[in-house]
Amino acid sequence: MIKTLIKEVKEYKKASFLAPIFISLEVVCEVAIPFMMAKIIDLGVEMKDMKAIIFYGFMMMVFSFIALYGGKKSGEYAAYASSGFAKNLRAAMFRKIQDFSFENIDKFSTAGLVTRMTTDVSNVQNSYQMILRICFRAPLMLICAMFMAFQIHSELAMIFIGAIIFLAIVLFSIIKITMKIFDVAFEKYDRLNESVEENIKGIRTVKAFVREKYETSKFHKASKDIYDIFTKAESYLVFNSPVMQLTMYSCLILLSWLGAKLVVAGGLTTGGLMSLFTYTTNILMSLMMISMIFVMMSMSIASGRRIAEVLNEKPTIINGTNPSYKVNDGSIVFDHVYFKYKESEEDYNLTDINLKIKSGMTVGIIGGTGSAKSTLISLISRLYDVNKGKVMVGGKDVRDYDLKTLRDNVSVVLQNNVLFSGTITDNLRWGDENASLEEIKRVCHLACADEFIDKFEDGYDTHIEQGGTNVSGGQRQRLCIARALLKKPKILILDDSTSAVDTRTDALIRKAFREEIPDTTKIIIAQRISSVEDADMIIVLDDGKIDGIGTNDELIKNNTIYRDIVNVQKKGGKLGE
Amino acid sequence: MSKRDFKPRVKLENPKESLFRLMSFIFEDYKWHCLVVFILIIISSMANVAGMNFIKTLVDDYIAPLVGSTNPDFSNLLKALMTIALIYATGILSNFGFNKILVSISQGTLKNIRDRLFEHMEKLPIKYFDTHVHGDIMSIYTNDTDTLRQMISQSMPQFISSAITIIGVFFSMCMISIPLTVLVLLMVVIIKQVSGKIVANSGKYFVLQQQNIGKVNGYIEEMMSGQKVIKVFTHEREAIDEFDKLNNELNNASYNANKYANIMMPIMGNLGYLNYVLCAIVGGLIAIYTDSLTIGGLAAFLQLNRSFSQPINQISQQLNSVIMALAGANRIFGLLDEKVEVDDGKVTLVNVTMNDGELIETDKRTGMWAWKHIHEDGSITLVKLEGDVRFDHVDFGYNENKIILHDINMFAKPGQKIAFVGATGAGKTTITNLINRFYDIQKGMITYDGIDIKLIKKDDLRRSLGIVLQDTHLFTGTIMDNIRYGNLEASDEEVIKAAKLANAHDFIKHMPEGYNTVLTNDGASLSSGQRQLLSIARAALSNPPVLILDEATSSIDTRTEAIVQSGMDKLMEGRTVFVIAHRLSTIQNSDVIMVLDKGEIIERGDHDSLLNERGTYYKLYTGALELD
Repeated sequence: MIKTLIKEVKEYKKASFLAPIFISLEVVCEVAIPFMMAKIIDLGVEMKDMKAIIFYGFMMMVFSFIALYGGKKSGEYAAYASSGFAKNLRAAMFRKIQDFSFENIDKFSTAGLVTRMTTDVSNVQNSYQMILRICFRAPLMLICAMFMAFQIHSELAMIFIGAIIFLAIVLFSIIKITMKIFDVAFEKYDRLNESVEENIKGIRTVKAFVREKYETSKFHKASKDIYDIFTKAESYLVFNSPVMQLTMYSCLILLSWLGAKLVVAGGLTTGGLMSLFTYTTNILMSLMMISMIFVMMSMSIASGRRIAEVLNEKPTIINGTNPSYKVNDGSIVFDHVYFKYKESEEDYNLTDINLKIKSGMTVGIIGGTGSAKSTLISLISRLYDVNKGKVMVGGKDVRDYDLKTLRDNVSVVLQNNVLFSGTITDNLRWGDENASLEEIKRVCHLACADEFIDKFEDGYDTHIEQGGTNVSGGQRQRLCIARALLKKPKILILDDSTSAVDTRTDALIRKAFREEIPDTTKIIIAQRISSVEDADMIIVLDDGKIDGIGTNDELIKNNTIYRDIVNVQKKGGKLGE
Repeated sequence: MSKRDFKPRVKLENPKESLFRLMSFIFEDYKWHCLVVFILIIISSMANVAGMNFIKTLVDDYIAPLVGSTNPDFSNLLKALMTIALIYATGILSNFGFNKILVSISQGTLKNIRDRLFEHMEKLPIKYFDTHVHGDIMSIYTNDTDTLRQMISQSMPQFISSAITIIGVFFSMCMISIPLTVLVLLMVVIIKQVSGKIVANSGKYFVLQQQNIGKVNGYIEEMMSGQKVIKVFTHEREAIDEFDKLNNELNNASYNANKYANIMMPIMGNLGYLNYVLCAIVGGLIAIYTDSLTIGGLAAFLQLNRSFSQPINQISQQLNSVIMALAGANRIFGLLDEKVEVDDGKVTLVNVTMNDGELIETDKRTGMWAWKHIHEDGSITLVKLEGDVRFDHVDFGYNENKIILHDINMFAKPGQKIAFVGATGAGKTTITNLINRFYDIQKGMITYDGIDIKLIKKDDLRRSLGIVLQDTHLFTGTIMDNIRYGNLEASDEEVIKAAKLANAHDFIKHMPEGYNTVLTNDGASLSSGQRQLLSIARAALSNPPVLILDEATSSIDTRTEAIVQSGMDKLMEGRTVFVIAHRLSTIQNSDVIMVLDKGEIIERGDHDSLLNERGTYYKLYTGALELD
């Protein structure tokens, strides 16, 4: 995981190295300061030597300014490196996701991807910055302060060794115990929040079934759980500060006792003893910092893992070697095609599909919920790859085409189609970014979208809200069709794309297709019989298998499912009539 | 940009009032705990200050006099050390004590807040949820309570201990040397000035960073939800280019914001050293040339000097988080202050049995229900629940000033099937939301078995109505649990029976764990059709006398719908049913069909009579009019 993430540091390597270097400069100077302080006391104050005071005071100031400079520089570099790193991570993820196939996209939920790119990245950014600064600062401070302490008096300094060992053992045992509890605690906490969110979203259901008290008592139980586990975890954490104090005070008392004797015997100066007091704080504080880093790092590890998961995900659909860049015509062949969404599943979602569709044909597909209509057409533009058999477009296996070429020639209007925030023209130009206004108007006319666009005050410059919420369902569908037409595809697929359009307009659109783009192969998935009845070929799908193929008349004669659907829709009758 | 992404720094209206309210909230349960904590903090901080002063005594009283003596007597020092050890020990124990109690206070208060929030939220009217972004409500539970925890367990105690330390240190410094103390105060003022400048700069960029994060998040959200369209249109390149632009802007702001935050510490710290050096030089001068300062005094003063600027920095840091926590507390109290659904209803729903043509109340589940009035004189009337619903000159608007339903009159006799047709926004769903009192009407009256629904207890009113909503909501839990939501007492067999009735049994059987399959994330693994089937099963299980089906079958294809229909027919038998449907085939056999347009009923009648009228219904039916 770390390897994957570190790769994205890229152009910020230099800053990532400079930040710790400057921080080392800061630490070294900072540690030297108490040493100067000892000199001021021993050589200056005790000897009543003003020159020494000024000299060492001046030295101290110089060191302090160098430390300031080092600290400032390292702060800047750390900020530069960490925010740059975050930028690279976001960019890398976004690019990766653009390479994702539908299968990859299905695996991560939309909300999951958004969290990974936002919250998780900021967690990693913060940790990275901390690593560059404190991770170097604290241990170095510890080492330098120890070194200086040994310089002053090596035997007294042994006290620190004992203190460090004691404090380290206690602190890290606390961390180890609490981390485990916190892991469970945070999971429970997440679930508690999830249930709150569910209640907010589903408040109508809760109220309609009068389940307020039921939900509240469920929540009380969960929140009691949270209280118990957090109290447990924190009751270990409260040892932190007293133990720290215990160690510190013990050191001070020991130093006072042993130090006083040494000073009186002449083995140590007063200033030396004073600096040792200062180093006590330095050493123990850095140890505390190190333990804090561990806690915070382990929290962002989960974030790092989630990011790495996206970056390491292999796009399941990629260009073959030597792809073809030209699609000859709009003919489609399904040759013994088997497909399932998950390798692990036993049953196929599509079983032994065989189809021959000639270029320019209009094909209708009809079938119940879950009969795999959308699955079938998604194989044509290689949104998914088949498990067995092959799908051919223009006489070539779809896997032999360059992906962009294939998808530019096979235009799909998805079932859950979305428009993006921007003007109508902006949205339509997704089909062809260089399209002229005349062309846009022409496809809108084909899709019967011009009649309502012309009524808008701003016409083609009307602003569309995110998700297209400010136009009606039928209008949205017609805009999506127009957008797909603008690609001038060889194959046009409408996946239940006129369901919200009235039957008259629906018929007009189909008429326009017939007359204006006769060479384009048109595949129409529909719930409404009227949308497919005049097609050259109608495919009836049932549970992933082809139940019947033929024209409207043929199917009414030979196909029970088709006849049922016709009966239900045309006569409002019941099954079997 | 979604609303929750960008939160400008909140200005507090009445910080004192919020603080007071929060405190009284904490004191409700933890008055004595807080008092003990307060005392222990004082003891602990005093021990700390006493320790710092000890250094002076150590050098002046115990070391200096003995220097040079050949046979030094350390027994006094030992005694002094014992005393200070005792003081330290008290400090450590107090420290442990208040930290331990603080855990109970902070976690307990959080629990109280969460529980109250949730309990209150469940009682709020639907309107509250209509007018508040869900993310904003969520953030009250997450962000706002989190900042509160920080404030209770960290900021407040540190605030108190820092304040006490500052006071203690200040007096100790004054005792040692007044001129040096003045020097230190001067330096502190200068340091505050410098840090104020940095904070201002940093704050500016942090706001900018928040804005940019909002933009990037918004873009990511939009692109991720349209990812499949991007693929279909091979629009990847363009999406990346646009993203890079926003990403770079964010990087810029983030760099600057963090830069200023990062250089804060070294600047403050090293200015502290400068302060130290100045004190050393001036103090050295004083020590050498006057008698007013001893070496031990100077050493102790220098130590105190470091201990003086630290808590000052801490207080200013804590102040920030206290303000943030109070802003959070304001939002928490804001939710708790929201008015709950009013329920003045007195009429309740009870089980009854029929005995010699007379209704008798019973505790058993009989399947027969009655409305129970308790009159002022104590007498009781039971009215059999039939499902007769009438609208009498009803006007309604979500907003008082904007009436969207005008003068609605209608009646549904027991057992009738009433259908509503009309374009999106015509007011179909609104009408059904009035029957169960999700919203209250502005004018007119709705009666249920002859009783004004305002007189019926809301819970009982809703219990008597089964609703299959347009958007099925599934809760985390098994499929079994989700269906059982309709009737918590139902046995597994009854659940399966309801699932069969709704035609959901077949697909449930095919799930990996059958009825025990756990649904998460609002049942995202199910298709919308399957979700609707579950929703129908849920309603079937609750077995209500009146049913409201709001686009209950819109995501089920016509053929499956026809299969479900037989189950639905069974479900609807003998009940009053209100149906809203997009698909006209679903409602053809209704007793009455109402065509709504812009909040008014423009046509009513059964299928045949409406067709004969050749009006709007006829146009809709023949496909000449667009519904959506």
